[in-house]
Amino acid sequence: MKANSPWVFLPLVGFVLLAVLLASGLGRDPQELPSALVGKPVPSFSLPSLLTEETYTEDSLKGRWQLLNVWATWCPTCHVEHPYLLELAARGVAISGLNYKDELPAAREYLANLGNPFTHVIVDADGQLGLDLGVYGAPETFLINPAGEIVLRHAGDLNARVWEEKFVPLLPTQAPAPGQGEGEE
Amino acid sequence: MLRIVLLLMLSMPAFAAIDVYQFDNEQQEQRFRILSEELRCPKCQNQSIADSDAGIAQDMRTRVHTMILEGKSDEDIVDYFVSRYGDFVSYRPPVNAGTSILWLGPILLLLGGAVLIVILLRNASRKAAADDEASQDKEPEEGTK
Amino acid sequence: MAVEIGHLSLWLALAAALCLSVFPLIGVYRNLPAWQWYARPLAWIQWLAMTVAMVALGYSFYINDFSVAYVAGHSNSALPLEYRLSAIWGGHEGSLLLWGWMLSGWAAMVGLLSRSVPLPMVARVLAVMGMISVGFMLFMLLTSNPFDRNLPWFPLDGADLNPLLQDPGLIIHPPMLYMGYVGFSVAFAFAVAGLLMGNLDPAWARWARPWTTVAWSFLTVGIALGSWWAYYELGWGGWWFWDPVENASLMPWLAGTALIHSLAVSEKRNMFRAWTVLLAIITFSLSLLGTFLVRSGVLTSVHAFANDPARGAFILGFLIVVAGGALVLFGLRASALRSNTGFKPVSREAFLLGNNLILLTATSVVLMGTLFPLIGEALDMKISIRSPYFNGFFVPLAFVLILLMVPGMFSNWKRQDGNSLLKRMALLAPAAIIAGWFGARLPDPSPWQGVLAIMLALFLVFAHVDDVVRRARAYKQGFVTGLGKLGRGYWGMVLAHCGLAVLIAGITLVSFHEVERDIRMAPGDTAKLGDYTFVFDSLDEYRGPNFDSTRGHFHVSHDGEPVAVMHPEKRTYHASRQVMTEAAIDAGFWRDLYVALGEPLDKSNAWAVRIYFKPGIRWIWLGALIMALGGALALTDKRYRRNRFATNDAGAANES
Repeated sequence: MKANSPWVFLPLVGFVLLAVLLASGLGRDPQELPSALVGKPVPSFSLPSLLTEETYTEDSLKGRWQLLNVWATWCPTCHVEHPYLLELAARGVAISGLNYKDELPAAREYLANLGNPFTHVIVDADGQLGLDLGVYGAPETFLINPAGEIVLRHAGDLNARVWEEKFVPLLPTQAPAPGQGEGEE
Repeated sequence: MLRIVLLLMLSMPAFAAIDVYQFDNEQQEQRFRILSEELRCPKCQNQSIADSDAGIAQDMRTRVHTMILEGKSDEDIVDYFVSRYGDFVSYRPPVNAGTSILWLGPILLLLGGAVLIVILLRNASRKAAADDEASQDKEPEEGTK
Repeated sequence: MAVEIGHLSLWLALAAALCLSVFPLIGVYRNLPAWQWYARPLAWIQWLAMTVAMVALGYSFYINDFSVAYVAGHSNSALPLEYRLSAIWGGHEGSLLLWGWMLSGWAAMVGLLSRSVPLPMVARVLAVMGMISVGFMLFMLLTSNPFDRNLPWFPLDGADLNPLLQDPGLIIHPPMLYMGYVGFSVAFAFAVAGLLMGNLDPAWARWARPWTTVAWSFLTVGIALGSWWAYYELGWGGWWFWDPVENASLMPWLAGTALIHSLAVSEKRNMFRAWTVLLAIITFSLSLLGTFLVRSGVLTSVHAFANDPARGAFILGFLIVVAGGALVLFGLRASALRSNTGFKPVSREAFLLGNNLILLTATSVVLMGTLFPLIGEALDMKISIRSPYFNGFFVPLAFVLILLMVPGMFSNWKRQDGNSLLKRMALLAPAAIIAGWFGARLPDPSPWQGVLAIMLALFLVFAHVDDVVRRARAYKQGFVTGLGKLGRGYWGMVLAHCGLAVLIAGITLVSFHEVERDIRMAPGDTAKLGDYTFVFDSLDEYRGPNFDSTRGHFHVSHDGEPVAVMHPEKRTYHASRQVMTEAAIDAGFWRDLYVALGEPLDKSNAWAVRIYFKPGIRWIWLGALIMALGGALALTDKRYRRNRFATNDAGAANES
C-alpha cells in the first residue's frame, strides 16, 4: 500500500473554495445592477415637455451638474422619495425629471398636488429613452456633469443617506451642489 | 424543473408575455424568438424578455422587433442592449479574462480527469498483466482448482 | 393544541436524533453491543415523532387554524382540501419539515431493512443519519419553525397558497424530489460509516447500492414532474430553463448517476472504492448545496423561496460541517481504500471510468454555470448564464457519453477483446445510421445535430436489443426462458439506458421541430399551424372555488378531421389577486398542441394567443419515467432480496 497521497485532500480544497464563495454571496443583493452607461454621454433624444410646449434634447441636460430623476405616478417608491427631491431642489440642486411611461394628466396633477422639484420634465411616454438610458424601472436617478455625461446611476429611492454616500463624493468640491456649477443655462 | 420545487416563491414570476408582432418573413420571426430568449429582463428575477410580461421586457421586445425590421444584425441588437445594461442582459456570457474559469474550468476538469484515467489504466493494466502471470505460474501447482 | 403537539414532537425528534448520533457511536468505540443495538429503536422513535409533527401540521391545515403563522401564510379557507394538505410543503418551513420527516423515514427504513448488515455498521450508518437529522431539526426549531403561532392577533383567513402551486403536479413533485435529495443521505451515511470503520467490507457496495438506486429513481421522477409542471403551469411552453433552482436538482442527479455506475464497479469488482465513497459524499453535498442555493438568496431565480441570509448562513454552516467533515475524513482515510485489482484498458471498468468522468464534467458545468454569477459579483462583473452556455457543453458531453455507454455495456469486466467489440459495434452502427437518417427526416428534415442525436439514440436502443438477444440466446433452455433468466438488475439497466434514448429523441424532436405562433385572435378567428387549424369559437367566464376565470373555447382540426377541443383560461385568484395563465394542452404520444391566452388587445375583443405544436415533448418525461422504472426494477433483483431473507432469521435471533 502506498503512502497517503496529498491528492486525497484535493476535494476538500475545492470545497473550501466553494464555501468561501458561498459565504461571500450571503447578504449580497444579486438584484443590484451596475450601469453600463457611466462615463458616457446621455444618449440623444428629442422629447416633449410635460408642462410646457418645449421640446427637449440631450443638449437640455448640458451646462451644469444636475440630476436626472426617472419617475412615474404608478411607482410607489417615487412617492416615497418625492419629499426628498423637493428638499434637494430647495437647497438649489438642479433636478430634471424624466416622466417614464405615465399618464400625462395624472403626472401633471401629481406635480401640482405634491410640488414640483424639477427644473424641467421630459416626457418619455413609450419608455424608449428609458431603454436608451438602461433604465429598468422607476425610480432611478442619474448624476450628469456639465458636459452631459453620466457620472452615476442610482436605482431605487433617493434619500439623505444615499445622497451623502453616493452622490456627494462625486461632486466637484468647489461647487457645493449641482446647479451651482460653472455653466449657466 | 424543479422549477422545482421551489415552491415558495414569494416573488411571483410574471407570466409569459404573448404579443403579436408582424414580421416580413419567417426567418425574422425565428431570429426574434431566439433573441428574446437570450436577452435577460433586467428588472425581473431570472427570466428572459420572452418569459416576462414586465414593462421593461415589453419595451425591450418592441425594440428588438424594430431593430430586426430595420435590418440590424443579431450582434448589433445584442450589443445595443449590452452597451446600456451591461453583460448582465445577455444570457450568452462574454469570453474574456474574467470569464476564463467559466469556460475553461469544465474543460480543464475533463482533460485533467482524462490524464488521470490514462495513468490509472496503465497501472491497472500492469497489475492485470501481473495477475495473469501469477495465476499462470500457479496454475500447474493448483491443479484441479 | 395540535400545533403544540407537533412542536413538542419536533423537540422529541431532535432528542431522539441527538441520542441516535451519540450513543450507537459510543457503543461502537467502546465495543458495547447493547449501545449499538439502540440505533434502530432510536431511528424508529425519531420517525414516529416526526410523523406526529407532520400529522399535526396537516391537521392544522385541515381545520384552517390561521393562528398558526405558517398556515395563515400558505392556505385559505376557500382552498380545496387536497391543496390545503399539499400546502404543508408549499412553503419554506413546511417543506423543511417534509425534508426532516423523509430523512427520519429513510433512517427508519435502513433500520428495518438492514438485517444482513453487521450491527456495528448499522450503528455507524444510523448515527451519521442522526447527525444530519440534528442539523435539520435545529434549523427548523431555531430559524424556521412551522409551528409558530400568530398570537394574540391572527388573521381571520389565510393569505392562500401561491396559485402556481395549486396544481396536482405540485402535490407530488416536491415529495418525489425530496425523497431523492434526502435518499442520497443513505449512501452518504454508508460512505462515512465506511470511512469511520477504516476499511470497507467487500459487501459495502452491495448494501449501499439499492438505497442509492431508489433515491436516484425518486429524484428522476421528481425532476421530470417539475419539468412537466413548468411546461403546463407556467404558461411558457418550455420544459427546462437552466434556472438555478432546476440546476440545484440536476447536480445531485448527475453526480448520483455517476455514483450508481461507480457502485456497480465497487460491488462487482471491489474496486474504485475510494472514488465511490467520494462520489457518495459529493452527491449528498450537492443535495445540501441545492437546498442552500434555493433558500439563501445568493442567486436570483424565478423560484426562490422567501430568501433570508440568516437561514442561508445556517445552511452554509451545516453544509460545511457535513461536507467539510466528510471530506476531511476522506482525506485521512481514503488511502486505506486503495484496491490492488487490475484491469485492461479495454474493459467494462475502463468505460465506466469514462462515464464517470463525463458525468462529473457535466456536473461541474452545471455547478460552474450556476455559481459563476457569484464569482462574477466578487469580481464586480454581472453575468447571466443560461442555455447558450449549458447547451454548448451538454450536447457534446451527451454525445460522448452515449459513445461510451455502448462499448461499456458490451464489454466484459477486467478485459475485453477489442476486435470483437469493434465488430459488434460495426454491425450495429450502419443500422443506426440508416434508421437515424430516415427517422430524423420523418417530420421535416433536421439540421445535422438533430440527425446525429437521433442516430445516437437509435444506436443506444439497437445495442441494448442486440445485447438482450445475445444474452438470452446464450441460455441453453431457449430464447424465451433465457429472457426470463436475465436478472432484474440487468433488465433495469437496459430499461434505464433505453429511457435515456427516448429522452434524447424527445429533446431532439421538440428542439428542432416545434412550431410556435403568437397571434391576435378574436372569437370566430382561425389560425393555421402546419396541418392544424385552430378555431377560436368563443369566450366565457366562470367562477371556481377560489378564483374567477375567463375561458376560451377552441377547436382544432387536422386536415379537416376534428382533433381536439381546447379551453385555455386566465384565472384571477381571490385571496392574492394574482392572475394565472392556464394553458390548454392536447397531449399526444407524437405531439402536443398547446394554446395559451395572453392579454386582451385593446379596443377590440381580440386576444393575444400563443399556439404551439410540440412534437416529441412527452418523450422527455416518458424517457425519464422509463429511467426511473429501470431503477425500480433493478432494485427487485434477486441478489438484494436473497440477501435480506437469508439473514432474516439471524437478525430476528439477534433482536430477541
